[in-house]
Amino acid sequence: MTMIGWGQSLLTLTLVFACAFPLGRYVARVMSGDRSVLSPVLRPVEHGLYVLAGVNPTRGMGWRGYALALLMLNAAHFLLLYAMLRLQYWLPFNPQGFAGMSPRLALNTAMSFVTNTNWQAYAGESAASNGAQMFGLTVHNFLSAATGIAAAAAISRAFAAGNVQALGNFWADLVRATLYILLPLTLVVSVALLAMGVPETLAASAEATTLEGAKQVIALGPVAFQEAIKLLGTNGGGFFNANSAHPFENPTALSNLLENLSLLLIPFSLAIAFGHWVNDRKQGVALLCVMALLLLAFASAAYAAEAAGNPLLHALGVAGGNMEGKEVRFGIAASSLFAASTTATSTGAVIAMHDSLTPLGGLVCLFLMQLGEVVPGGDGSGLYGMLVFALLAVFVAGLMVGRTPEYLGKKVQAREVKLAMLAVLVLPLSILGGTAISLVTASGLGSLSNAGPHGLSQMLYAWTSATANNGSAFAGLSADTDLLDYGLALAMFLGRFAFLVPVLALAGSLAAKPKLPTGAGTFPTHGPLFVGLLIGVILILGGLQFLPALSLGPIAEHFAMLAGKTF
Amino acid sequence: MAQDAEAIRLFDGRILRRATADSFVKLNPVSLMRNPVIFVTEIVALLVAVLGARNLVSGEPAAFALAIAAGLWLTVLFATFAEAVAEGRGRARAESLRRARSDAMAKVLLRPDDRALFKPTPASTLERGELVLVEAGDLIPSDGEVVEGVASVNESAVTGESAPVIREAGGDRSAVTGGTLVVSDWLVVRITAEPGSTFLDRMIGLVEGASRRKTPNEIALDILLAGLTIIFLIAVVTLVGLARYSGTVLGVPVLCALLVTLIPTTIGGLLSAIGIAGMDRLVRFNVVATSGRAVEAAGDVDTLLLDKTGTITFGNRMAAGLYPVPGIEERSLAEAAVLASLGDGTPEGRSILAYVRDRHGIAPDEPDDARTVPFSANTRLSGLDAGGRAWRKGAVDSVLALTGGAAPAAFTAAADRIARSGGTPLAVAVDGQLFGAIELKDIVKPGIRERFAALRRMGIRTVMITGDNPVTAAAIASEAGVDDFLAQATPQDKLGYIRRVQAEGRLVAMCGDGTNDAPALAQADVGVAMQSGTQAAREAGNMVDLDSDPTKLIEVAEIGKQLLITRGSLTTFSIANDVSKYFAILPAIFVATYPELQALNVMHLTSPQSAILSAVIFNAFIIVALVPLALRGVRFAPMGAAQLLRRNLLIYGLGGLVAPFAGIKLIDVILTALGFA
Amino acid sequence: MSHLRPALVLVAAFTLLLGVMFPLGMVGLGSAAFPTQAGGSLVMRDGRVVGSALVGQSFTGEKYFHPRPSATTPDPYNADASGGSNLAATSKALVDRVQRDMAKAGPAPVPADVVTTSASGLDPHISPDNAERQVARVAAARGLSKAEVEGLVAAHTEGRLFGLIGEPRINVLLLNLALDAQPAR
Repeated sequence: MTMIGWGQSLLTLTLVFACAFPLGRYVARVMSGDRSVLSPVLRPVEHGLYVLAGVNPTRGMGWRGYALALLMLNAAHFLLLYAMLRLQYWLPFNPQGFAGMSPRLALNTAMSFVTNTNWQAYAGESAASNGAQMFGLTVHNFLSAATGIAAAAAISRAFAAGNVQALGNFWADLVRATLYILLPLTLVVSVALLAMGVPETLAASAEATTLEGAKQVIALGPVAFQEAIKLLGTNGGGFFNANSAHPFENPTALSNLLENLSLLLIPFSLAIAFGHWVNDRKQGVALLCVMALLLLAFASAAYAAEAAGNPLLHALGVAGGNMEGKEVRFGIAASSLFAASTTATSTGAVIAMHDSLTPLGGLVCLFLMQLGEVVPGGDGSGLYGMLVFALLAVFVAGLMVGRTPEYLGKKVQAREVKLAMLAVLVLPLSILGGTAISLVTASGLGSLSNAGPHGLSQMLYAWTSATANNGSAFAGLSADTDLLDYGLALAMFLGRFAFLVPVLALAGSLAAKPKLPTGAGTFPTHGPLFVGLLIGVILILGGLQFLPALSLGPIAEHFAMLAGKTF
Repeated sequence: MAQDAEAIRLFDGRILRRATADSFVKLNPVSLMRNPVIFVTEIVALLVAVLGARNLVSGEPAAFALAIAAGLWLTVLFATFAEAVAEGRGRARAESLRRARSDAMAKVLLRPDDRALFKPTPASTLERGELVLVEAGDLIPSDGEVVEGVASVNESAVTGESAPVIREAGGDRSAVTGGTLVVSDWLVVRITAEPGSTFLDRMIGLVEGASRRKTPNEIALDILLAGLTIIFLIAVVTLVGLARYSGTVLGVPVLCALLVTLIPTTIGGLLSAIGIAGMDRLVRFNVVATSGRAVEAAGDVDTLLLDKTGTITFGNRMAAGLYPVPGIEERSLAEAAVLASLGDGTPEGRSILAYVRDRHGIAPDEPDDARTVPFSANTRLSGLDAGGRAWRKGAVDSVLALTGGAAPAAFTAAADRIARSGGTPLAVAVDGQLFGAIELKDIVKPGIRERFAALRRMGIRTVMITGDNPVTAAAIASEAGVDDFLAQATPQDKLGYIRRVQAEGRLVAMCGDGTNDAPALAQADVGVAMQSGTQAAREAGNMVDLDSDPTKLIEVAEIGKQLLITRGSLTTFSIANDVSKYFAILPAIFVATYPELQALNVMHLTSPQSAILSAVIFNAFIIVALVPLALRGVRFAPMGAAQLLRRNLLIYGLGGLVAPFAGIKLIDVILTALGFA
Repeated sequence: MSHLRPALVLVAAFTLLLGVMFPLGMVGLGSAAFPTQAGGSLVMRDGRVVGSALVGQSFTGEKYFHPRPSATTPDPYNADASGGSNLAATSKALVDRVQRDMAKAGPAPVPADVVTTSASGLDPHISPDNAERQVARVAAARGLSKAEVEGLVAAHTEGRLFGLIGEPRINVLLLNLALDAQPAR
């Protein structure tokens, strides 16, 4: 670890927080339909879309209506994407002449992009055409992120006022999140990336003759635009197989700074937006602090582990930290921060191969996803996941001040606890259940590329990543099998919608409650005490159940590595 | 009953013996299903016991499985024991109530207007609406309303207060309670309770915990605990697959041990005991709640409606100042005031004597030839004639009429000021000469201001209800330090006020006794009816104060809070405990596969077996160790939520993290010393 | 079913807007404003494309600086199929591979990037330490003085932006191009 390494990480995070405050305020405004600097340009487009779709943006929806609309959009968008992937051979912009994906792979991929997971059981440059990447994957990067932001706005509204039924209008939320938040940021970031060297062309590849006379086919494509939304939308599906480690996706250290900033930006801003939505900015800052502290702690742990390097290689005479699966231009500090950031958000883009991280580096990635993607989590999903934990924290500890627990003036009672627990249950059920089944079947074992505890970690990582809608992988795993294509598609579905629907029901239940005034007897939910409590609850309620699995995977591997064992 | 209450020690031998037996009865799985965490523990304990027994029969090594099974059964037993002890304490209290419930014959009147014609009927079969005659020496057979007659009734069976009270038809003293004794005269009572559901019956049921229903917070907590149990069930079941991949075969006893130590057995085992004990604490204050829900609501209350008289002030006007007219020494006025009051036996008159004695050290004897002039409503004066002199004291205009009407400006100003500040001015004259004014006012109880300040820190607003005019009310309100007041309050005003405050989302507690208080009592989230009040008031409220002391409202709120705090603290403690158990059990079960995992054995437990056993034993004994805390309740001091949270989080959160490390290590050391390791 | 129309209309409208209009607009903007970058930062020599300045390529000859090992298949530096080795830190395959490569790597301690594969398999850069160890070999093979080669290495060493962002690195293709451009002696 070096001072420069720490400096790089702190610079990135400082920039994120510096941008999160103004952006959060902006997000809160535009999601409420208020005017903003972009209104003159975007209002006509927005209204045009409402007219086309036959939507009255001011008509509020109850939680059921909101959930139904959300599911309907996602179903439509799933079917369209599935069709595109199957039919990509006949679609335009297929210079490579890629055949359609198999039904199994298309199902997995469509589910993956609809759920904001972007798990890729295929290699981007060798299985998806430019057309499919543009029409299908790019669009869904926008829509899945906008779906998350909409849901986060909906649950925030439940805290804002008392005795209301409506959570907002899903269609308006979706259109606003896309037009006012995602699109402008994507344009800015993609132009910057373009200037730094990220290609944007309809050509599929260029052919070069190397200095030593060999032929090198260099895959190209319309990368810049997709790269920007992939990060801003916390999607993470790479244009290329190597994802953001590919020099065309992420050519320089500066582009990497921008990309790391982009993937953290909206999730942190939503915490601030939450404070604005509930008219108590300190609440948003408290959530941001919880997210930031946990991210900082885990990123530091990853950095320490990667900088310490691999003692097995040290024994052979290799100097320095762990560079296997990392790029020279990024180095260890930036790679560690990105690894923590991408798993702490539900992005899943990588600039270093997570499979080749040190065991503890991999542990950080696994654990951050298993916490439910809340530090800061995906666009929207991070905020609503965090609110579920906040409700549980308030419930467990809130009794300790001698009142029926309440969060932001909303009482947390049996129904809320039931829905929160229902949502929280999805993670262990899908992650541990899927991993255990895969590890006792021949098909599952056949997918592993590593033996010993790391093999367990690979499988655990796949199910964790899918359930947490992250999409990064211990990529040595062969994921295009019946078991994993179908199984992980189910995990992605559960991780997204079996979490979201209870959360919306929770929002409906909270919205209908009166908003109680706060006083000296109210459980304080800002300030360091609550921040510490919430961190504790996230670690204990969110993380503890994974400890047995982790101790058989990365933890065992770590101690084995120290003891000089290989597998 | 108050005396009985104190006699029940935390662990009375008789209660403990009965509870030990009961804790086995409670093992019945059907009744345990109410408690998901302990139910799962019992199933698992049964499983391990059967496996151990099978091994024993087949000659395989069985000692470890049997030891684990013993630990798990202890966990279940300790949990049922905790509940049984709490119920036992309640039952002991209920015994004293039960003695009052008689199965004597009631005299049911066949015709309402004929007291001579009645039919003896067992009290337990009395129907609602029947009229019964109760004569001197009879126990009142059931709850009811006096429709005819006046009698003195000894209610000590219910209230512990032995001085008889008057019960009469009409008015606010018409309610009678079954089990109380008519001392003199007779009453005709209309029965208002269904058979078996009299006030006394309900009290017994509640105190024993027999008719206990889960409160809203308890239900929510149960859901959380059930959810956690499912989560850990998933973690443990899937571990079988993960361990198989790793080359470890995990025995069922080990898995069961892991499961039970992870699921929140501590709070699961103590939850119902905490609820019963909360009820019990109220009873110790001579307050009976009609449901656990009401006790919880008391903790949530953030607005207290307090009657001025008797709660905030003593209720009698008392001397509080002397204001001589110019030219008269204050001491002369004091002497005159005392002499003029010697013949005044009212509390006000006595307060003047006390005031002057305390302030001026004057306690003159009555002159030998004195003739007192008692207070009369006509003259509105009292006084003393002796040695040809006349001392007079009374209403200002009456005295001024005596002195010729012309009062100095200073006197008029003083009298006006006293009236404006909510007091009553009296004038004193000697031989027709005006000496000065005495200020009488309603004295705020000492310490009440500090009490309200403490409540404010807890986030509870106090509102004074008074029939006084707004000027007087404002003066007393500011002196007592209440947050708001309602002057010239009619029952409708009270009801309106409660509704208004509730619309802001606040929870309101009040107490009342009269029939006209009933709507407000019913509207309030916590309505404490006075035992001395009417049946209507008692039915409307959700608590009854047997001492009829309106100040109790404050204690009731504190007990409610303490109940919730105890529950929250032990939940936090229980969940925080899990961290250490991982460090005990995980290295122990995987060390065979990955010897390097020994590094996680931070407690340096002797062997895998002793580690697992120690965790199981700790898990069982922590329940028993916390029973006294669950029954007594977490120490409560009025302070703000932030402070409370900091304190409790430190004790129960951090303590919950750290304590088991020490406990498990200690048990491991003992097991090792005994040669079990 | 009142949700059906908005769902279909919005998916279609956004596909048109975000999947067609904006990406194509961006392609147009790229070719107009950043033609080199948009086209993949291709490097030309004598009118022929010799590679991309951003993408590494394989060098095995003595007279060239060598890049890091690459894990792409079937050949190293296959820019049509990026990817890393995905070998775990405790993988026997990794330890064996590194042990094999150490034989050719010279005296220990060896800088990590000499024997580790990159994430993309296309890493265009090596570390200054790595380059430093290759100077003598390249100079000998080309008949250049060590100082001349060191000078070229120094000229192609990119530092950290603002002394903070990124790591010191040398683009192997550009350095080798510069070497080839040296007048022969």
